[in-house]
Amino acid sequence: MRDKGLRLRNGLSHAVLILVSVILAFPFVWMLSGAFKDNLEVVKMPPQLLPSHWNFDNFAEIAKYFPLSRFLLNSVGVAVATTILQLFVCTMAAYVFAKIPFRGRQGIFLLFLTTMMIPTQVTLTPLFILFQKTHLIDTYAALILPGIFSAYGTFLMRQQIMTIPDDLLEAAFMDGASYFRIFRSVVLPLVKPTLAALTIFAFMSSWNSFLWPLIVTNSKELMTMPLGLSKLQGRWATQWNILMAGNVISFVPIFVVYLFAQRYFIKGMTMSGIK
Amino acid sequence: MVGQRKWNRRAAAAVFLLPAVLGLLAFQLVPMISSVVISFTDWDLLSSWTKLHFIGWDNYVNVFKDEKSYTSIRNVFVFLIGYMPLVAILGTLLAVLLNRNMRGVKAYRAAVFVPVITSWVAVSIVWRWILNGQSGLVNYLLSLVGIQGPVWLQDPTWAMVSVIAVTIWKDIGFVSIILLAGLQDISEDYYEAASLDGASAWRRLWNITIPLLSPSLFFVVTISLINSFQLFDQVLIMTNGGPAGATSTVVEQVYKNAFQYNKMGFAAAQSWVLFVIILAVTTVLQRLQRRWVVYER
Repeated sequence: MRDKGLRLRNGLSHAVLILVSVILAFPFVWMLSGAFKDNLEVVKMPPQLLPSHWNFDNFAEIAKYFPLSRFLLNSVGVAVATTILQLFVCTMAAYVFAKIPFRGRQGIFLLFLTTMMIPTQVTLTPLFILFQKTHLIDTYAALILPGIFSAYGTFLMRQQIMTIPDDLLEAAFMDGASYFRIFRSVVLPLVKPTLAALTIFAFMSSWNSFLWPLIVTNSKELMTMPLGLSKLQGRWATQWNILMAGNVISFVPIFVVYLFAQRYFIKGMTMSGIK
Repeated sequence: MVGQRKWNRRAAAAVFLLPAVLGLLAFQLVPMISSVVISFTDWDLLSSWTKLHFIGWDNYVNVFKDEKSYTSIRNVFVFLIGYMPLVAILGTLLAVLLNRNMRGVKAYRAAVFVPVITSWVAVSIVWRWILNGQSGLVNYLLSLVGIQGPVWLQDPTWAMVSVIAVTIWKDIGFVSIILLAGLQDISEDYYEAASLDGASAWRRLWNITIPLLSPSLFFVVTISLINSFQLFDQVLIMTNGGPAGATSTVVEQVYKNAFQYNKMGFAAAQSWVLFVIILAVTTVLQRLQRRWVVYER
């Protein structure tokens, strides 16, 4: 009797979950199929789930006007550089905030916490002016630099480093290790899981970032993927097959990485919701 | 010896902290202060910034008087009222299902998270197509059951509904995975005790799951609140704030005023008003927290 009830509930749960998954995943299937359709098929009614001929014409069409692979490389390069530098800067500062006391440390830490509350659009205008005055608009530096300094990342790493017992660091001292040595050989290995999560978080924030690149880049050669896609939309407003081809280029790489590193993605992105 | 070590410690602290502090100054604190100053001027980006013209609180008054600006503030609240309850309720239900101990549940968890990893720009373009009046999938499906669908994103009423629905679609995976983590922390013992007492499934949800899940719910509500106020990417791509300002948002207005109309002072004032709104609402939320959030001891 009980068994039967359980089976029924499981059956219902599967039904609902399948429906939800379809709603959440189908737009991506539709995007993929649309990317390979021709101009007529893409607007045909009733719509056709799969293209009758899979062709790469849409990708070729985009390539005539926009350097899609360049967009992709820019996105990868900017995200990788931002992530690596952010991890270094945040973790080093976090080490001080957690384990190297000095006078005035508390005050500096408080300043860090305060900036965590300020939304990005408040600093948008002055930051733009700063980059304009230093002639850094439309350079990789403008795309990368502001993303390196994350009060949130620093805070997160500090909380993690705090959990390392002082005795452990003290023992390393007694053995004559320098601060740098302790940081590299004791602290970093012990906070690896948090570093992994922060890596994903920092990477995804940079990868999906739109507003800042929109403001500081002018030339096609410097555009990252999201910005590039928005420019495609400017040219082919409702040429869905071409727009979908662009989307596919941006979606497939990150999706493949996600398939292999799901666990880290979910952990990294749910650590904080600030997107 | 001791003095030497103290000196070493200070030097180490300085070296390790320097990059972060320089970045904080250059990219956070100095821009923040400049933003306050700019918000009291009528600066247009073109005129020299050494001759700033101060106009008092005019920009701040105009944030509420200017119709476009006022509409954008109102829209953000409309969005919030539509989005927040739905994403919290649907997210909780989905999390409960994802928490069931059955075969294949891991695959569902992986699937619902896919929209979360995708960029808003790509997703918005896909939804522009799906919601298109003529060639869109949604209207085709509606036509199968004899309904003539609206031109979603160009319709003054349906545009905001569409933005809300698409945002729920994108965020629900994120919300439910966070709530799932909260559910997994609830001890089985509570449920066993409840079923011994003969409590119905509904009572168990209401009296055990929801109270014990409330800290995670509180987290989700706070995060989605802050994100809602900063609505930008999807609006710019899907509707560009239209039709007739129906989906314009504060950040979209900040962006346009600053970088299309060169009204730097006004944009800065708008961004500070937004900050104060976020601060006020999250403070209220924190206060209310005591009323409904249960922390297990």
